Amino acid sequence: MKKIYSSAEEALDGLLFDGMTLAAGGFGLCGIPERLIDAIQASGVKDITIASNNAGIDNEGLGKLLRTKQVKKMISSYVGENKEFERQFLAGELEVEFTPQGTLAERLRAGGAGIAGFYTKTGVGTVVAEGKETKEFDGETYVLERGIRADLSIIKGWKADESGNLIFRKTARNFNQPAATSGKVCIAEVEEIVPVGSLDPDCIHLPSIYVKRLILGAPYDKKIEFKTIRQREAA
Amino acid sequence: MTTHDLLTKGWTRDQMAARAAKELRDGYYVNLGIGIPTLVANNIPEGMEVTLQSENGMLGIGPFPYEDEVDPDLINAGKQTISELPSSSYFDSAASFAMIRGGHIDLTVLGAMEVSEKGDIANWMIPGKMIKGMGGAMDLVAGVKKIIVVMEHVSKNGDPKFIPECTLPLTGKNVVDMIITDLAVFQRPDHDSPFKLIELAPGVTAEEVREKTTAHYVE
Repeated sequence: MKKIYSSAEEALDGLLFDGMTLAAGGFGLCGIPERLIDAIQASGVKDITIASNNAGIDNEGLGKLLRTKQVKKMISSYVGENKEFERQFLAGELEVEFTPQGTLAERLRAGGAGIAGFYTKTGVGTVVAEGKETKEFDGETYVLERGIRADLSIIKGWKADESGNLIFRKTARNFNQPAATSGKVCIAEVEEIVPVGSLDPDCIHLPSIYVKRLILGAPYDKKIEFKTIRQREAA
Repeated sequence: MTTHDLLTKGWTRDQMAARAAKELRDGYYVNLGIGIPTLVANNIPEGMEVTLQSENGMLGIGPFPYEDEVDPDLINAGKQTISELPSSSYFDSAASFAMIRGGHIDLTVLGAMEVSEKGDIANWMIPGKMIKGMGGAMDLVAGVKKIIVVMEHVSKNGDPKFIPECTLPLTGKNVVDMIITDLAVFQRPDHDSPFKLIELAPGVTAEEVREKTTAHYVE
């Protein structure tokens, strides 16, 4: 079965519909599926619910879909550094379900693992637990959180083989792994596609079963939010 | 207060971070929040092995990179570029928070807007004003073994921040173990005990701390 598609647009063919739920990988602008976001923006699909740790920044990442008002709701843990997001949220144009970062990661992982919900101590006694079932285990209170099953996952990897086995690079792995498993279909964009057999099976991060469609996204112009450096001491 | 007082009284941000660093132990795995807590990394005692966790998926945070080593795929939870160490490892966000929620991290140092006398912490939201989100803070306070808050003793308006009940939306309930401010250190041995004033910053009196604190604590 052919998994490699020639473009993001082709890979998304038949998978987009208004009102859909999307799971997107990335942390800030690190490891975001840029090509797929651009193609989703171009498609004009709207009323999307997006589960993603962040919402991009103005005009970068998912911020592009916010600007074109294609997003109905964000399920996120942190949305700073994004003026358009703030404007839409305060104007009531955008729904936000603030979800603790670990709870969001686990909701995506659980959804992808066929686990409908799980109990966690995170958020107990805060607004996050309001309206949710709580239960005592070993004398401590836990809150029930639901798994997230998305219609589509979009992720960014480093290298994949032609069968879809995939590896990530450094901290660009982040939410890409749990997001990949959450979707009924997952599309991965990568920097390099290599022949089957060139990746060590012991070192695969995301097994091919999760990657239904694959595109080569390179070349990438990776953005940095906060460049911090140190100076070399004089010799 | 004279200018001289401002210069000599209490702890600076760096000194607060250095005080927090005294709570580190050899072999600890530690998560540091953004702001003053980040400065704790510069105060790890010589010869002590402390591994820093970054909740976006890394153990063993190295120093900021040299200009020619900057890598967009290598950032900390504050989205700053960092470097790796020979002992570093990478993992995904679900595994990262399994570490945090599973009680495997020994210590976290966080900033706060308010802490209550019962150990509640508020540090993520000001209704109608700040709507950035809680990030990983709720997971950290729920799962890490020891929670240290480092904050100014009073707000910019001079209002006490260590108070009887938090007025802002909570990050966690009954979770804080130690509070380090620019004036003093409070600690409690367990989550059923009240906080005790255990240390005063140079030039600060117990009376001044009393005046600037509305929370009940033991002296």
